[in-house]
Amino acid sequence: MKFGVVQFPGSNCDDDAHHAIGAVIGQPVEFIWHQSEQVSGFDAIILPGGFSYGDYLRTGALARFSPVMRAVDRFARAGGLVLGICNGFQILLEAGLLPGAMMRNQGLRFLCRQVHVRVENTDTPFTCRARAGQVLQIPIAHMEGNYFCDAATLSELERNGQIIFRYATPEGRVDERNREANPNGSLRAIAGISNRERNVVGLMPHPERAVELALGSADGLVIFRSMVESLTRRGAERVSA
Amino acid sequence: MATINTDIKVTPQIAAEHGLTAEEYARIQKILGRDPNFTELGVFSVMWSEHCSYKSSRVHLKRLPTTGPRVVQGPGENAGVVDIGDGLVAVFKIESHNHPSFVEPFQGAATGVGGILRDIFTMGARPIAVLDSLRFGPITSGAKAPESKAGQAARLKPCPDEPAAEELTRNRHILDGVVRGIGFYGNCFGVPTVGGEVMFEPCYANNPLVNALALGIARREELFFARAQGAGNPVIYAGAKTGRDGIHGASLLASAEFSEESQQKRPNVQVGDPFMEKLLLEACLEAMRTGAIVAIQDMGAAGLTSSSSEMASRGGLGIEIDLTRVPQRETAMTPYEMLLSESQERMLLVAERGREREVFEVFHKWGLDAVEIGRVTGDGLLRVLHDGRVAAEIPAHALAEEGPRYQRPMAAPKASATAPMRPEDFLREGADLTENFRRLLASPAIASKYWITEQYDSMVRTNTRRGPGAGDAAVLRLKGSKRALAIKTDGNGRWGFLAPRAGAMHAVAESARNVACTGARPIAATNCLNFGNPEKPEVMWQFSEAIDGIAEACRALETPITGGNVSFYNETLGKPIYPTPVLGVLGLLEDAECALGSAFCHEGDAIVLLDGGGASAGAESFSSSEYAKAIHGVVAGAPPAIDLAAEKRLIDCLVQLAGERAILSAHDVSDGGMAVTLAESCFDSEGFAADVDLGAQDAPAEAAVFGERGARAVVSLSPASLARVGAIAAQYGVKAQPIGRVTRGEFRIQYRGVPVIRGMIDSFRQAWSESLGKALGSA
Amino acid sequence: MKAHVWVMLKSTVLDPQGQTIQRALGSLGYDKVKEVRQGKFFVLDLGALSRDEATKQAERIAKDVLTNPVIEEFRFEILD
Repeated sequence: MKFGVVQFPGSNCDDDAHHAIGAVIGQPVEFIWHQSEQVSGFDAIILPGGFSYGDYLRTGALARFSPVMRAVDRFARAGGLVLGICNGFQILLEAGLLPGAMMRNQGLRFLCRQVHVRVENTDTPFTCRARAGQVLQIPIAHMEGNYFCDAATLSELERNGQIIFRYATPEGRVDERNREANPNGSLRAIAGISNRERNVVGLMPHPERAVELALGSADGLVIFRSMVESLTRRGAERVSA
Repeated sequence: MATINTDIKVTPQIAAEHGLTAEEYARIQKILGRDPNFTELGVFSVMWSEHCSYKSSRVHLKRLPTTGPRVVQGPGENAGVVDIGDGLVAVFKIESHNHPSFVEPFQGAATGVGGILRDIFTMGARPIAVLDSLRFGPITSGAKAPESKAGQAARLKPCPDEPAAEELTRNRHILDGVVRGIGFYGNCFGVPTVGGEVMFEPCYANNPLVNALALGIARREELFFARAQGAGNPVIYAGAKTGRDGIHGASLLASAEFSEESQQKRPNVQVGDPFMEKLLLEACLEAMRTGAIVAIQDMGAAGLTSSSSEMASRGGLGIEIDLTRVPQRETAMTPYEMLLSESQERMLLVAERGREREVFEVFHKWGLDAVEIGRVTGDGLLRVLHDGRVAAEIPAHALAEEGPRYQRPMAAPKASATAPMRPEDFLREGADLTENFRRLLASPAIASKYWITEQYDSMVRTNTRRGPGAGDAAVLRLKGSKRALAIKTDGNGRWGFLAPRAGAMHAVAESARNVACTGARPIAATNCLNFGNPEKPEVMWQFSEAIDGIAEACRALETPITGGNVSFYNETLGKPIYPTPVLGVLGLLEDAECALGSAFCHEGDAIVLLDGGGASAGAESFSSSEYAKAIHGVVAGAPPAIDLAAEKRLIDCLVQLAGERAILSAHDVSDGGMAVTLAESCFDSEGFAADVDLGAQDAPAEAAVFGERGARAVVSLSPASLARVGAIAAQYGVKAQPIGRVTRGEFRIQYRGVPVIRGMIDSFRQAWSESLGKALGSA
Repeated sequence: MKAHVWVMLKSTVLDPQGQTIQRALGSLGYDKVKEVRQGKFFVLDLGALSRDEATKQAERIAKDVLTNPVIEEFRFEILD
């Protein structure tokens, strides 16, 4: 099993993701440079947080034209696991691997704080070890995390169970209009979604910042451990097949 | 914009317009043995400006202690360096960007952060944290003058006028821009902004202070210095292209007072590009690892000029550069403009001859310009070529090191402005201290700064163990080491105004005490000295006094100064700011697991006041407190007497208690006194309150509850540890007085057996937490 | 050839920046202002191209790069 962490020139959470996977959960992990044209040999790919190419135009807008994203696109369509965190989520949206778009936070300010998200679907490779409705404390740090999509897309997301995480109160209550419980004003308090096939997930909160209690929370571990477990299961299936 | 005509023959008149005195101009003529040409004059004017040459401060800065067992590099390089064990060094420095932040708050603050980050990674260190020390004019209408003796109080205040609504709006606008600018730069660059402080005084209304501190980590053997070596080695320019940004920006802005006129002729404001800086960081660190780089320096104020002449001067060599080869963003730039440009995100490197390609490859990998623009020479000259002609030729050492030095006249100001007031002169009988407490908690200086700090990414790089508001100082773990670093900035301008020497000592002591409250031992310091016009004898006296205060305190607390910066001419329309020395103190925790926060941890824990002793409660100093200012509109007297030996005892005691895990939280007593200290330890906790009895002292209740004498900290511990904590404190000569316990619900402070403050903790928290957002939400 | 490109949020998408500006204008006495919407404006120097080529290229750039079709729309013009 091998994780890859993509490095765009303006990625700045790449080291953090690498640390979480390598040093904390002890899985093999390597960086993938944004000019790479292929990503073979990896079982899961993480698009980390940061400012990919400066993001002066729109967050993630230019990253989708990079060579590595063409490779990631092929990897995802072949069923590989792709996790986009913060800027990585924004890139997945721009690249069309996930539906919708990010708007500026409702308060128009950058927000860095611990938030609570409720796990809405545990039937994904990213949440299989979580309890249904489990509330995770994970920090956010972004200016554009206000998720938006049109009504048709929204109902499709709801119908297909593609909404994976929603912002919530510490008790797990979702309240779209409450700025404390839905800090950036996201539509339906959406914090993370998947594609139809559930092998691509993007979320605004930073699970890689929530893997050690000494830094405030270890609730993000469940996401990485779920990935490890589902990859292990896949490997076993492949062997027995 | 129009280009600057450089074919002008230089006259003493033109030299004067460049801010050079007749004597300075004569000295230039003597150094060159001829008249300078216009370009050379421009180069001298920036290099010999106050900002670059420290001409008014150098004679005083020599009195600061700058050496110690851990100091690897003191002042004189891009940043200070201290040994933190495990083969690692900490590289840190604080720097001001006051004037640019007034002209354009967003870009001024952003480029301030960019500049200090470059100073850190220029030395081969990866930045791991930024702190910002900010001072603004009032953002809310302040305290009303007390009803009794109102006339006297008003007379004693330096800025007695209630600010007009439009002033408040403007101050909020400046704060908003500065905060956005800091966030914009640091968040994109990927360095956590982990702390700092924000204070408000009328004197900063037209001259905000934006001091940014950056901290980085390197392996000791990987340090880089800005010292040119090896005649014949290529000089390489890397990073952003040169434009006409901020010509005479930092250097002249920071070397003259603001007037209405200077506001009108705003220079081209430098614009920050944090993405470019991030690329430059990665490229520089990677290029350094090739081993092909000999020396490196960032281009800050006076860009190409200062970087080339300083690198040459430090190495005892010369540098020749050809401006025609400099990457340019604009067309038809003159040598004068290119040499003085303050375009951001640029670096000058000296590489080993024959290995240029390795360096270029790294920069090109990161998509950056990197071109050879010249070479190191053995003749000691800064020689600048342009279009095949020599545009300037100046001895590098003369430019960088032989600038004028002044022993400027000094005079203590007339004492009347700060005559002390006895508490009974302004306190009212039967005042409702609970209500006053609530108002104090909501005053901008005391109120929660969360509205500001949540706009900064304080967690990126996943090292932040204690971020903004979580402890007395920020605590950063070091991956791959058991150790952690703690860091804090502080400086009370009001105290600096009332008594510059004691105020400066308090700035050192409070930063060090804050660091020790996390359990870290203070090991080194950096300072940013913000003062008015040094040509005024009173300002120069304040500066000299502050230097003596810092020197004495840093010696006593064993925190040598490793670098920093001086910012003079912080005046607008003839009014100087309060003398504001800001101290950044770095501490080392041997075991990161022992790091303490300031919040109470469990219901029923004992609350103990640790007191290093020394001077008495000092009711006579109460007129200088935050409470006197916020509630009674009084700014008078002198700061509390400071006893450095008592501070040292307390620091040593706190480090020991934390190391032995004998206590669970620690929070120093400072602005707002015991009441605010206790409340803050509740606010950041999981809903706890406190019930304490301060006993009886020889002071009015208000002074006992809100007085700000130093050398004290409030700690909490399991009741079972009381005896042990008492014994450890006794070893250090520190008094450990149990004053109460951690509770839930009601927050209560008794004095002389009578409750003087009581109320539900949630209502106090609300007053404290919401006030800044309410004042600034619409900014 | 130069191209000017305007990118705006679609009229169906909430524009909090525009709304904030409108509120600020109201408090400054411009309370008759009914709506403010904020957008982006790009100036592209396309180099030496025919007008036709310039039009095609500008449209492609605006559509593929400068605009996110989920939330934004654009218009452009070509200048000689």
